[in-house]
Amino acid sequence: MLQPAEWDALRLSLAVALRSVALGLPFAVLVAWLLARSRLRGRLMLDAIVHLPLVLPPVVVGYLLLLVFGVRGPVGAWLDATFGVQLAFTTAGAALATAVMSFPLMVRAIRLSLEAVDPGLEDAARTLGAGPLDRFLTITLPLMLPGILAGAVIAFAAGLGEFGAVITFAANVPGETRTLPLALYTALQAPDGEALAARLAAISIALGLAGLVIAELIARGVRRRLGR
Amino acid sequence: MTLDFDLRVARGEFRLEAAATVPIPGVVALFGRSGSGKSTLAHAIAGLGPRPTGHLRLESVTWLHSSRSVHVPAERRGVGYVFQDARLFPHYDVIGNLRYGARRARGSAAYAREDELVALLGLELLLGRRVHELSGGERQRVALGRALLAQPRLLVLDEPLASLDDARREEVLPYLERVRDRFGVPMVYVSHRYDEVLRLATHVLLLDAGRVVASGPPAALGRDAQLRSIVGSDAVGAVLDATIEAVDARARLATVRVGSQTLQLPVPGADVGAHVRLQIPARDVVLAVETPRGLSVRTELRGVVAEIVRDDEHAALVAVDCEGVALFARVTHAAVADLALAPGRPVWALVKAAALRGHVYRRP
Repeated sequence: MLQPAEWDALRLSLAVALRSVALGLPFAVLVAWLLARSRLRGRLMLDAIVHLPLVLPPVVVGYLLLLVFGVRGPVGAWLDATFGVQLAFTTAGAALATAVMSFPLMVRAIRLSLEAVDPGLEDAARTLGAGPLDRFLTITLPLMLPGILAGAVIAFAAGLGEFGAVITFAANVPGETRTLPLALYTALQAPDGEALAARLAAISIALGLAGLVIAELIARGVRRRLGR
Repeated sequence: MTLDFDLRVARGEFRLEAAATVPIPGVVALFGRSGSGKSTLAHAIAGLGPRPTGHLRLESVTWLHSSRSVHVPAERRGVGYVFQDARLFPHYDVIGNLRYGARRARGSAAYAREDELVALLGLELLLGRRVHELSGGERQRVALGRALLAQPRLLVLDEPLASLDDARREEVLPYLERVRDRFGVPMVYVSHRYDEVLRLATHVLLLDAGRVVASGPPAALGRDAQLRSIVGSDAVGAVLDATIEAVDARARLATVRVGSQTLQLPVPGADVGAHVRLQIPARDVVLAVETPRGLSVRTELRGVVAEIVRDDEHAALVAVDCEGVALFARVTHAAVADLALAPGRPVWALVKAAALRGHVYRRP
């Protein structure tokens, strides 16, 4: 049904989105916790920085990533010299760019669910002998699971369609970084690409819809389990 | 053995500066108006909330001594806490909640066994239920069991009945009494209802504006002016701890001894030899200066007026000494004058048996 190039784009999109979620999730939980529960001094600043990708043109994010993680950037050069890892123009780089772009979505969902967890329950766990890590793992984390799942699914769905940051930082390499939106853009540039573009657009819409529906189903299931 | 504290906490405008030494084991009631600092003090004892300065010691174990930089965190104090809103974990079922503390119990030997506690609190049919399927009373029973299974050295009950209606309160109170009588665990009981305090407490700390203003066993606090200003005249009365001498099964009346005289009153579920605590509200006591006759009142005690204090603009509170037992009667100023009531005058104190409240009570 799908042609090899379309399969490639679909597979790449899924791989990039999945890796971006895996990469971003632990940090998103940490940042959400810092924003919602800690008394960190620079909280307002952290909040602003985390949300920056929402308001910046994606191209700017991609450019900043190039500056830092590019072959000549400080972190990029170090990664290359130490581990032989190159991010620019690779699938891993596309995943990094996607993770940065979808990070605020993930943090928002997780933070909301964390703020809905009654700190009184954590106090109750304390009086039953649970230390800080124990409390987080047995009380806080399970109760914010709906938000973590929702955040992950939303970030995954959004990551399928990330364009600007990916094309700026990881370029448009077939089979490596040419995800669905990049393939769609490429098809539109070609004189006879109309049909291909329409098919790719249809795939994108189907994926996005599926992601949103799955997110809602998961949220409902967890809510039922918690009896809310 | 004592619970000994001197705790200072500042919370915005409010300052708690509470110090007391109370005997344990037993039930120490923290009583006062809302906003008097009861819950803040209970939190400070458990190690929750802002860190206080001062000291806090249970027997020989020091939990807080700020000048020596001793501060044991809540999770290592072994203070069980039953919150007003139960705070059961919604992602565990009832048995999961019960075992959460049991799994983390450490140190001192286990005195509360799961099967025994489940039976004592009547939780057999609830074990597999999810938390949101429980009624308010059931939640508090589970919270009580959960706290006890952590084998606490001290159990703090912070208004555990305040969010329940009267019927549910009556459903849960007997379980609290059972726990008090069955386990020797010292308890701190926070309440703004004096009837609960009278039913459960062995020692009362009266709090006002963040300070302990009175401290003593319930029977000794009856005349305290500050207590009266808080509980109001209606709740003022005598508290007697007595033993049941006889039970008339047909009339469902129990006979208890007060000095050389006896009182007859209804006590649900009482057997001969059981200890009971009687509450005799001052508003339900009538005084007579001659031998009364032809009355429906069945209970009369001879005594001597010990003291007359002004209660409010309408009435005075007359303390009557009945062979060492203090009764109180609320009497209008006009009646005090007409009967020429004065300290030393012999009187009969008449008590409507139906107004008496007695609860089976065994001192722990």
